[in-house]
Amino acid sequence: MAAIRIDNLRKGFGSLEVLKGINLDIADGEFVCFLGPSGCGKSTLLRSIAGLEDLDGGSIHLGERDITDVASAKRDIAMVFQNYALYPHMNVRKNLSFGLALNGMKRDEIDRRVDNAADILRIKELLARKPRQLSGGQRQRVAIGRAIVREPKLFLLDEPLSNLDAGLRVTMRVELAALHERLGVTMIYVTHDQVEAMTLSDRVVVLDKGKVSQFGTPLELFYQPANLFVAGFIGSPRMNFVTTEVTGQVGASVTLNGGGLAHPLTLEMMAAAPIAKPKSVTLGIRPDKIELVSAEEGHLVGDVRLVERLGTESHVHISLENGGDMTAVVRGTHPVSARERVHLRLAAEHCHLFDGDGQAVVRRLDAETQALINQEKAKRVA
Amino acid sequence: MDMSYATAAVPVVAKRKRSAFARHIVAYLFISPWILGFLFFTLGPLVFSLTMSFYDWPVVGERSFVGLENYRSMLFEDPQFWESLWITVKFAAIYVPFNIVMSFLLALMLHHITFASGFFRTAFYLPSVISGVALVTIWSWIYSREYGLLNFMLSFIGIDGPNWLGDPNLAIVAIIIASLWGLGGTMLILLTGLKAIPKELYEAATVSGVPGWAQMVFITLPMLGPMLLFTFITSIISAFQQLTIALLLTKGGPLGSTYFFAMYIYDNAFKYFDMGYAAAGSWVMFIIVLLLSLGVMRWSAAWVYYEGEVRQNDGEHNA
Repeated sequence: MAAIRIDNLRKGFGSLEVLKGINLDIADGEFVCFLGPSGCGKSTLLRSIAGLEDLDGGSIHLGERDITDVASAKRDIAMVFQNYALYPHMNVRKNLSFGLALNGMKRDEIDRRVDNAADILRIKELLARKPRQLSGGQRQRVAIGRAIVREPKLFLLDEPLSNLDAGLRVTMRVELAALHERLGVTMIYVTHDQVEAMTLSDRVVVLDKGKVSQFGTPLELFYQPANLFVAGFIGSPRMNFVTTEVTGQVGASVTLNGGGLAHPLTLEMMAAAPIAKPKSVTLGIRPDKIELVSAEEGHLVGDVRLVERLGTESHVHISLENGGDMTAVVRGTHPVSARERVHLRLAAEHCHLFDGDGQAVVRRLDAETQALINQEKAKRVA
Repeated sequence: MDMSYATAAVPVVAKRKRSAFARHIVAYLFISPWILGFLFFTLGPLVFSLTMSFYDWPVVGERSFVGLENYRSMLFEDPQFWESLWITVKFAAIYVPFNIVMSFLLALMLHHITFASGFFRTAFYLPSVISGVALVTIWSWIYSREYGLLNFMLSFIGIDGPNWLGDPNLAIVAIIIASLWGLGGTMLILLTGLKAIPKELYEAATVSGVPGWAQMVFITLPMLGPMLLFTFITSIISAFQQLTIALLLTKGGPLGSTYFFAMYIYDNAFKYFDMGYAAAGSWVMFIIVLLLSLGVMRWSAAWVYYEGEVRQNDGEHNA
């Protein structure tokens, strides 16, 4: 059993509080990513789980065992570092076996584990080489191999692909996913790359300023962001936001108007939670859910600042008439050009609503999206 | 058409050659202070002393070419040469390991302390920038039999301090201790090396359950290999060049117990004014130090690892 339970974890450096009461429950065998911008505390959280940081408060349980005060070596974990941390003066075999040999493991068992890891990672022919003689991808494999030979209950990976070029990153991402499938061990992976987090994880922990902003499946984060931070952080190009006001509410239907909206917009929420009106709220919409339309149909109006043509799609950067910026994603061959006046229609069924505190008002999803999220959740539970 | 092309091309080529020459001249002018310094103060004296070593070269009087006679008589007829060489070897055998081990321990301590590390770094390095004469003045007071600090401290624990500089067995120990006073330079090199070791190597080892002593033996020392080798060789060189402290503290005594090889060369040059013989002694010292350094370099192949190095038995290089 290698479920992780983190209760009210706190950690600071001097007067700077980096982790402000983290609570997490990670299931056995789950692949979880810690995602967030630089300085949000994701690496500190991982290092705390590894036992490389002294905590200011809280507790960590691995399975039923409280490992808060257990020495790093005795936690039954393995860690892969961002810059590989391979011993440059040892060859690959020695790098893999070093820790095992010093823990008194028998030679036969060490050889078995090293050969097994080398088989899994296809590095058998590299065992006699020094790290200097390996490419970035091979070094990364060795670093992962060093974790595998320990046969730990928990893998901790600290931005392990960030030093690789884009192509190799994709290859290694696929290999990591396959490795997790094969080993079935709990893995915690730190990254600032949302593509890595979305493609690898069963669930993602989005961290912001030392707090868990949202913990959910990748599609949950994308379609039902819990707050403005997650909504803006997940998705590229990022979600657009418009400040507007609630002018009417009938059951779960909320009508918005004003603050730049030329026509009222009615959104369907999950429940009929009353929103006091008139109340300033934030409307969020992803760039690919905006349409460039005629003046009569448009909710917003603005001038095109820049068009980025990427082939299959074009990113249109717009300065809104009433202030603020917006990005729309249109088809690659759309004739829109810079300095053109455009009218934007927002697809109501894809709009997100955030209250004055930046917390999401849970919206009703279309049946297809809801089914996809449910399927993802069911897979995780299985 | 061809002709006009050819005539037009000549000045262009000439111009290119001129500009390349001009560029080189500027570059040489920039490094000329160093080149002149090297020619006049290093290479010149080096060649001059080698030439001198084949002559009977008194400071005043006739010089005569004697071939290898200075070397022959030094090696086969001069017992003082062997005695001074033996004293120097004894000194080096104790000084070099002590210098490296103590520098390493100090560097290790300074690397780990967080409180007032800047102050301690300066404090330990300071003695190595003090002039040799000032250092000897301090140490002659420390070692003084009647008024010395060392014997004064020993008296607190009931020990009647010895005559440090007057006892033939203790004088060399006194010089070793005084020499170690200037280990700040070596310490600084090793401290820089320690700081350059990525902390992730230790963290990876810690997570893998590698105990502290093993991290020291299998990570710190190998990673410091090039620095240790450098300090090893420079310590050997400075041990063989030991002169100032011995000359001013004991003048080679008592009973010639601190009569180092450098002092033997110094006396031949400036006491007996036999410049040719002294030059031959310098070249013998150079050859000994060179052979020792080469030996250490060869031995180091077994324990020094360079990050950029690929050895034959390391397997094929992956392009």
